[in-house]
Amino acid sequence: MASTTDTMSLNLKIWRQKDPTVEGKLVDYKVDNVSPDQSFLEMIDVLNDQLVRKGEDPIAFDHDCREGICGMCSMTIDGKAHGGFKNTTTCQVHMRLYKSGDTIVIEPFRAQAFPVIKDLTVDRSAIDKVMAAGGYVTANTGNAPDGNAIPIPKPVADAAMDAAACIGCGACVASCPNGSGMLFMSAKVSQLALLPQGKPEAPRRALNMVYTHDSLGFGNCSVHAECEATCPKGISIEHIARANREYMKAAFSYHEKTHSEGGA
Amino acid sequence: MMTSAVNHYFRSSIGRKHLVGITGLLLCGFLVSHLLGNLLLLVGPDAFNLYAHKLVSLGGLLYVLEAGLALVFLVHMYLAVRLNLENLRSRGKYAVKKRTGRGTTLMSATMPYTGMILLVFLVLHLMNLKFGSVYTTVVDGTEMRDIYKTTMEYFASPVSVGWYVFAMFCAAFHTAHGFSSAFQSLGWNHPKYYGKVKIIGYLYAILVGGGFAFVSVWAYLKGV
Ligand code: HEM
Ligand code: FES
Repeated sequence: MASTTDTMSLNLKIWRQKDPTVEGKLVDYKVDNVSPDQSFLEMIDVLNDQLVRKGEDPIAFDHDCREGICGMCSMTIDGKAHGGFKNTTTCQVHMRLYKSGDTIVIEPFRAQAFPVIKDLTVDRSAIDKVMAAGGYVTANTGNAPDGNAIPIPKPVADAAMDAAACIGCGACVASCPNGSGMLFMSAKVSQLALLPQGKPEAPRRALNMVYTHDSLGFGNCSVHAECEATCPKGISIEHIARANREYMKAAFSYHEKTHSEGGA
Repeated sequence: MMTSAVNHYFRSSIGRKHLVGITGLLLCGFLVSHLLGNLLLLVGPDAFNLYAHKLVSLGGLLYVLEAGLALVFLVHMYLAVRLNLENLRSRGKYAVKKRTGRGTTLMSATMPYTGMILLVFLVLHLMNLKFGSVYTTVVDGTEMRDIYKTTMEYFASPVSVGWYVFAMFCAAFHTAHGFSSAFQSLGWNHPKYYGKVKIIGYLYAILVGGGFAFVSVWAYLKGV
C-alpha cells in the first residue's frame, strides 16, 4: 500500500483517571508512525503497546465490533462525541482525517448518568436500565411467524427502521448540553409505537421508559438537536417528538388495572 | 407508579416541557396582541388612549385575564428555570470546551439568559408604564388615563429606548428558538412541516421583536 510510507506523528492529550473515586487529568502523549489507514482505535492500540513496553498502565477504552454496529466504542474527541464526523462511530474514524502534527484531545463520554470507570471508559448501564424498563415487546415463543402475516406500510416500516438503527452508544447523552438521554429513549418508544407488534404495550412502555430515564440523572430536552447532529446512526429528533406524543397520550389515558380491580 | 401517571406527568422531563411549550406559545400570542395595541400609538393619542380605556373598562374580566397571564408567566418561568437547573447537574463536565454548534445555536444556548432578561424587563416595564406616572385626558367627552403621554414621556429618554430595544432583541432571540422548539416539545414535528415551522418562528421573532423596537424608536424620534 502506497500510503503506508507517509506516516503521521500526533500529539495526544488523553484523560487518565485511575478509578471513579479519584480526580483525573489530561496527560500528554506523542505517537509516531501512525498510518493514515489506521482506525482511531488502532492508533490508541499502538500507543498502548508502547505504554505496555515501557511498563506503564495502558489507556482503558471501550470497543468491541470495530465495525460501527455494536455501540461499544465511545470517546469524546476534540470535544465531540465520536469525533464529530457525520454518521461515524469512533471505531470508524480513520487517521487520514487528521494531519501529521495535529494535537488531539481525547476525553470519555461525559454525563451525570455516565460515571467514569477508568480513563476513557464510562459506566453506560443507565442506558440498559432505560431499555429494560420497556424497550421490548412481549411475544409468545414458538415458530417464527410468517413475515407477511402482519402487513406494515412501507413508510411506517422505514420510519421504525430509522429508529431501530440506534446502537445505544450514548453519544446523544455525551453531546447533549443537558446530558439528556431523550434521543436514545425516544428511538425505542417511537420504533415500537410505530409497529403493530409494539402498539399493545405502547402506553405502558412510554410511561415506564420516561419514568426510568428521568430517575437515572439524565437531563431534560431543550431542543438544541445536538444529539441529532452527533448520532452515528443519524437518528432524527422527530422520534423525540413522537415519544412526547406517546407519553402525553399515555399519561392521560392509560390506566393499568390493579389486582383488586381485576388486573394481573 | 402506573396509577399516578398523571401525577408523574407534572414532574417528568416530557410533561414539564409540554407545559413550558404551551405557556411559551401562549406568551407568543400575548406578545402579538400587545404589539397590535402598541401600533395604535402610531395612529394617535386618542386611538391609543381609547384602546387602553376599553381594556380597563372590562373591569372584573380584565383582572381575570391579567391573573391568567400572570399564571402563564409564572408557570413558564418556574418550570423553565427548574428544568435548566436540573440540566446543569446532568450535563457532562468536560476538561476542554465541548464543541457545540452543530445542533446548538446561539439562540438555543442563551434561552435561560434571554429569559431572565425578559423577566427583569417585565418588572421594570410594569413599573414604568402600567404603574408609572398618571395623567388624565378627555376623549369624546369621557375622562380617561392619558397612557399615551406616559408612554411618550418614557420613550423620550434615549436610555429607556436603548434598554427597550435591547430587551426586544432578547425577546426576538428567545422566540427565534422558542417558537419552533415549543412545537417539537408538544410533539408536533413532522418532516413535511417542521422546516416551515422553523421559518415561521424566525419570521415571528423578527416581526414581533422588530415591531416593538420600531414603535419605541418611532416614539423617541417623534418626541413628547
Ligand atoms: C414574553 C415572554 C416569553 C415568551 C414569548 C417565551 C416563549 C418561550 C417559548 C416558546 C419557549 C420554548 C418552549 C419549548 O421549548 O417547549 C421558551 C422556553 C424557555 N423560556 Fe421563555 N418565553 C418568555 C418569557 C420567559 C421568561 C420571563 C423566562 C424567565 C426565566 C423564560 C425562560 C425560558 C427558558 C429558560 C426556556 C428554555 C427551556 C428549556 O430548557 O427548554 N421565558 N420560552
Ligand atoms: S466498536 Fe462497535 S461500534 Fe465502534
